[in-house]
Amino acid sequence: MQVSIPAKTKKAKFGTQSMNFVTKWGSVLAIFIIFAFFSLRMPDIFLTTSNMISILRSISIVTVIAIGITVSLTVDGFDLSVGSMATFADTLVISMFVWHSLPTLPAILVTLAVALLVGAFNAFLIVKVRIPDMLVTLSGLFIFEGVAMTYAGGGSISQGMPRLDGTPTFGVIPPFFKLIGSAPYIIIIMVIVVALVHIFLNYTKYGRYMYVVGGNKEAARLSGIPVERYRALAYLLSATLATIGGIMLASRIGSAQINAGAGYLMPAVAAAFIGLSVAGAGRPNAIGTFAGAVLVGLLENGLVMMSVPYYSMNIVKGSVLILALALTYFKKK
Amino acid sequence: MRDISIEFPGVKALSNVDFQVESGKVYALVGANGAGKSTLMKVMAGAYDHYTGSIYFNGEEVSIRTPRDAKNLGIEIVYQEVDTALVPYLTVAENIMLNVLVNKMDKKVFVRWPQIHKAARQILSRLNIELDTNTIVDELKLAQKQMVLIARAIAEDCRFLILDEPTAPLSNTETDELFRLVRDLVKNHQVGVVFISHRLPEVFEICEDITIMKDGKVVTNQTLEGLTVNKVVEHMLGQKLSETFPKRHVHLGDVLLEVNNLTEEEGLVHHANMNVRAGEIVGIAGLVGAGKTEFCKTLFGALKTIDGEVVLKGKKLKVTSPYSAVTQGLALVPEERRREGVLVEEPVYSNLSSATLSKFSTPLGFIKAAAERLNAKKVITDLGIKTPHDAQKVAFLSGGNQQKVAVGKWLIADADIYIFDEPTKGVDVGAKHDIFELIGRLAEQGKGVIYASCEFTEILGITDRTYVMYDGTIVQELETKNITEEQLLFYSTGGK
Repeated sequence: MQVSIPAKTKKAKFGTQSMNFVTKWGSVLAIFIIFAFFSLRMPDIFLTTSNMISILRSISIVTVIAIGITVSLTVDGFDLSVGSMATFADTLVISMFVWHSLPTLPAILVTLAVALLVGAFNAFLIVKVRIPDMLVTLSGLFIFEGVAMTYAGGGSISQGMPRLDGTPTFGVIPPFFKLIGSAPYIIIIMVIVVALVHIFLNYTKYGRYMYVVGGNKEAARLSGIPVERYRALAYLLSATLATIGGIMLASRIGSAQINAGAGYLMPAVAAAFIGLSVAGAGRPNAIGTFAGAVLVGLLENGLVMMSVPYYSMNIVKGSVLILALALTYFKKK
Repeated sequence: MRDISIEFPGVKALSNVDFQVESGKVYALVGANGAGKSTLMKVMAGAYDHYTGSIYFNGEEVSIRTPRDAKNLGIEIVYQEVDTALVPYLTVAENIMLNVLVNKMDKKVFVRWPQIHKAARQILSRLNIELDTNTIVDELKLAQKQMVLIARAIAEDCRFLILDEPTAPLSNTETDELFRLVRDLVKNHQVGVVFISHRLPEVFEICEDITIMKDGKVVTNQTLEGLTVNKVVEHMLGQKLSETFPKRHVHLGDVLLEVNNLTEEEGLVHHANMNVRAGEIVGIAGLVGAGKTEFCKTLFGALKTIDGEVVLKGKKLKVTSPYSAVTQGLALVPEERRREGVLVEEPVYSNLSSATLSKFSTPLGFIKAAAERLNAKKVITDLGIKTPHDAQKVAFLSGGNQQKVAVGKWLIADADIYIFDEPTKGVDVGAKHDIFELIGRLAEQGKGVIYASCEFTEILGITDRTYVMYDGTIVQELETKNITEEQLLFYSTGGK
């Protein structure tokens, strides 16, 4: 009897330890498993330098937008309007070139300025009018999409294409702008964004305050933290990041397409939530979100190569998200 | 209940506990925090299924492993947090009849509301409670919510009723009302009641037998006759009780803070006047609901001021939010620490710096991590916070230690005025002593301390001067050394 008890507890301990390991590193493990799987299945097309670069390139926009969501999550909010914001930014920046013949830098600055206005609009409705975050940004999802489309006249904008009323356009998209969307620059931008946001959230007091606000608004308020200011800041940042994502998108496709950014919303949401579980963080964080985006991007790339039809891919993506969320929340019980 | 033991990860919560209840009697179950009272009662109510030992009912061994088992035997429990057990947007009738609606519907599909209301009304009248069964529970006062829960317990065939600290949030009249109800249940319905409380005078008022627990074990099991409050406290602590108020001698300085005619937007606080001198500990005494918490929060900008002025060091303050209060030299340790005072999901060190993070940041806002951790370690030793390391999540600390964290984060704030709202609520004796020490030290540094509490012994033990609050305003100013607990109670209940 006395011998069997310690043995039993030891075994139980080992069980919980391995369980802890899985919940902590499960999503990272999944990345390796998926990577190994595709590498073994398709060594000559998957495991090539050019494909690796192509994966990184394709996830960079998702990552930047997902980081925007991550920032909104830190204050216990949720910005659903990032996809539409990206569309809006895409439309705006291309129109600056094609319609108004602006050079690269002013065009980007104008776009960012408008983005801040839009972020301020979200923040105002959430902080001052006190509509719940998710509802405001859900409404924003429709509004910004509609604004972008109305602004573009219901169609796409590309170089040389006349405006809807028939006025010819003479602006060109500068080659310098097109560089942004090509490797390695687009990847470098992503890495910089991840690094900056990681530093901001973990090593500055502002980032700490945002986590505190997200953890317990009332305690934060009574600690003398201006809660509403930091919630507003979070939405300004998520709008800015979504806009940067939109600008990268514009540069990559070289035109403004209807709802171009909408397709990035769900992968970005998935990446941000998978990020919660990475390394057992249990809270939104930039590095985790990046890992989430890698996971989603790898899957997408590999599945395309295995000629899984695009309409079935969402099943896999959704299932991976569920799995990652299970890792995050199962432990919390 | 015989030989009950239960273990949680890392803690042996109960070891070999024997406990018995007869119907028609009121039992007291007392003990310091963490003694195992609530755990024992949860075992009895079927909240846990991993205990060892056996339970007998009418001499027969029974198995209680789920709340359903307990209910079938007629054992009902009213937990301390009434709101967790009520559905706020349903009516009184629906809440009272909830178990019936859930379990006794059998194959019936449609609810017959007139019957439900009639049954609910009958139960309420049996208990002599006047309450409209159509009221939405959300609109009820705390005491009334408790009554609804008791009524729900009675709705099913209840033979044993467990009340877990029912009087903690109640005012005196509400407590009297509750006791009337309990006596009625015991006398007319032959219910056995187990009454868990920290308030010993109440225990003596209503109970016949007492069980005292300490560290998961039963210390004694006897009738209350012949016992005194001091004796019970000795048993609870396992040592002689020496009132633990550290004596200090502080030379009082000039008037630091002056509050004139302070009035809150909704009138929760009105026309309140007071002042605090440097190095002085000023008490705000009053019963629950007198407006002490509201006074503290109004002062701190967490509630909106519509009239009156606050002058600190001769300068008129403009406090519009807690943020502006902090920047102008005020600090508040709030009453509801889990909800308002600490961040349970964050580690100890970041809790301790959450109010003063600017001190640990470079001008650009980067956190100096080493300095932050060093401060955390210092505060942990200074306050004797019991935590394995400074990166432990606050959620895993005990109540007293959480409170020390809530206090500790203000220590280096360099505030001029520290406001403490019921800092010893739910804190055990040892931690209480530490907190008093700490408040004394703040006074020695020439800070002004406002100490709001409904525990009059504490007010008498620690303060230099006391204001009594009644019905949202300050009605009396007293030199602490000249007064007694009876006087405080007299003014707190509206005496003039």
